[in-house]
Amino acid sequence: MFVALPVVMLLAASVSDHGAFTLSNFERFFSDGLSVPVLGRTLLLGLETAAVTLMLGYPLALLFVGASPGFQKLLILLIISAVVRTFAWVVILGRQGLINETLLVLGLTKGPIALLYTEPMLVVTLAQIELPIMTLPIISALAAIDPALREASAALEAGRWRTLFQVVLPLSLPGVIAGLLLVFAAACSALVTQSIVGGGRLLFMPLYIYQQGIQGQNWPFAAAISIILLMSVLAVVAMLNMLGRLATRHLHV
Amino acid sequence: MSDLTGISDRTAGAKLWRQLDRWSYALIVGGLGRAAMVLLVSPTAIVLITSFTSAATLRFPPPGLSTQWYQALWFASPEIVHATLVSLKVAVAATLSSTVLAAAAAIAITASKAGWARAADTMLMSPLLLPALALGLGLLLTFNLLNVGVSMLTLIIGHTVICFPFVLRTTLASLAQIDPAFEECSRSLGAGAWFTFTRVIFPLARGGIAAGAFIGFMASFDNVAISLFLADAHSEVLPIRLWDLIENLLDVRAAAASGVLIATTVTLVVLMERLTGLSRYVR
Repeated sequence: MFVALPVVMLLAASVSDHGAFTLSNFERFFSDGLSVPVLGRTLLLGLETAAVTLMLGYPLALLFVGASPGFQKLLILLIISAVVRTFAWVVILGRQGLINETLLVLGLTKGPIALLYTEPMLVVTLAQIELPIMTLPIISALAAIDPALREASAALEAGRWRTLFQVVLPLSLPGVIAGLLLVFAAACSALVTQSIVGGGRLLFMPLYIYQQGIQGQNWPFAAAISIILLMSVLAVVAMLNMLGRLATRHLHV
Repeated sequence: MSDLTGISDRTAGAKLWRQLDRWSYALIVGGLGRAAMVLLVSPTAIVLITSFTSAATLRFPPPGLSTQWYQALWFASPEIVHATLVSLKVAVAATLSSTVLAAAAAIAITASKAGWARAADTMLMSPLLLPALALGLGLLLTFNLLNVGVSMLTLIIGHTVICFPFVLRTTLASLAQIDPAFEECSRSLGAGAWFTFTRVIFPLARGGIAAGAFIGFMASFDNVAISLFLADAHSEVLPIRLWDLIENLLDVRAAAASGVLIATTVTLVVLMERLTGLSRYVR
């Protein structure tokens, strides 16, 4: 109810022109040559972030499952404000930040290199911020795996890698998919992080909505952008879900 | 090595292979896991250290230590203090209203064994998957239609929407763990529905409700997307103030404010962990 009503309102606003039905806002989005690349860049950012987060989050989950449960509580760090954690990356990536000062001391660079306002560093920042969201569902999935299966795999002379890819990973796939979905959706709509670490030249959908709505007072177009972002995110989420279901179809657990 | 038989040659090879397998696994998977661990914790530590810098820029490592930025924050930043108070007010009001609504909804969902209760689970996830900015804009358009101008009240309503799913999820999780026999016992001993709720169900679900309320409170306190659309000029919230401070001025007071937020959050988390077993509900 709370969620459905605003979405209906968005849809209504995006197709109305002083009471008359129009698709002009959507036409404009797909024909102005500026908007579609913003959408593409946003979805790509989400996918890249989800991939990097998985690369770090899965080994982290393996580490945590093996460790004492008290250790896992570190993941509650995710409750610390995302604005604060974004700010940390300004300190790390800035001209006088941790990385540049380290490079300077090691004599690897002569002057500061530009790290802030670059897309790869934005992906790293988002990956760090979303890391707990990826790791938690994977931990749940890993903890549910019967340890006997891993022992059986080892007893059958399967190596560590083979056990990982043929036993552990497939069984934890539901957790992986859940993590990917959450991180993808969060990265696509992380307005503050995108704006602070991405800077003004890298425009993504959330800031675009904000610019068109609040700064441009063009509410119908802002609503249309919101609907397009919403639909695209949900489409990718549905696709990932389907892939996950296909991949786990043969499992009987 | 040349006089070994074919069989032992194979086992020697297999042994080497197994060792290689073990080593590379430990190196790559263990290494990535440990790197992720460091990555998880270090940015927070870096902010804390920076907040005690004696310099006027965000240089890291800081050239010297001082508490000047905390003093500047406390004595010379009325706009940050004001934004903090606004955020606190909104978060407390939104947490209270969403907790009452969500706890009631959770009890209704648990009581009805119907199919829509399962569908509700997907609905629950939806605010986490929907772009919050779209939700904020949609709410603003809804208020416009109702001819309600933005104010503290609209801000609180928007934040209630943000908190609601968190409380609902944790309450549902703790209700699901309650053995239905307790309720049946209470009923068969002649207790009414209200008595059963206040004396049996609520005490058992209390931890889950409190954990959800806490997570919702923190989500509200950190929310930017909803506040951007629903706040009026007088009610600028803290995360937006901080965002402005970081983006436009690279002000070191942002580090001090972050330090306060980190310290407060960690204290509250430890407290809530003791009281409710918070980490069980963070899923």
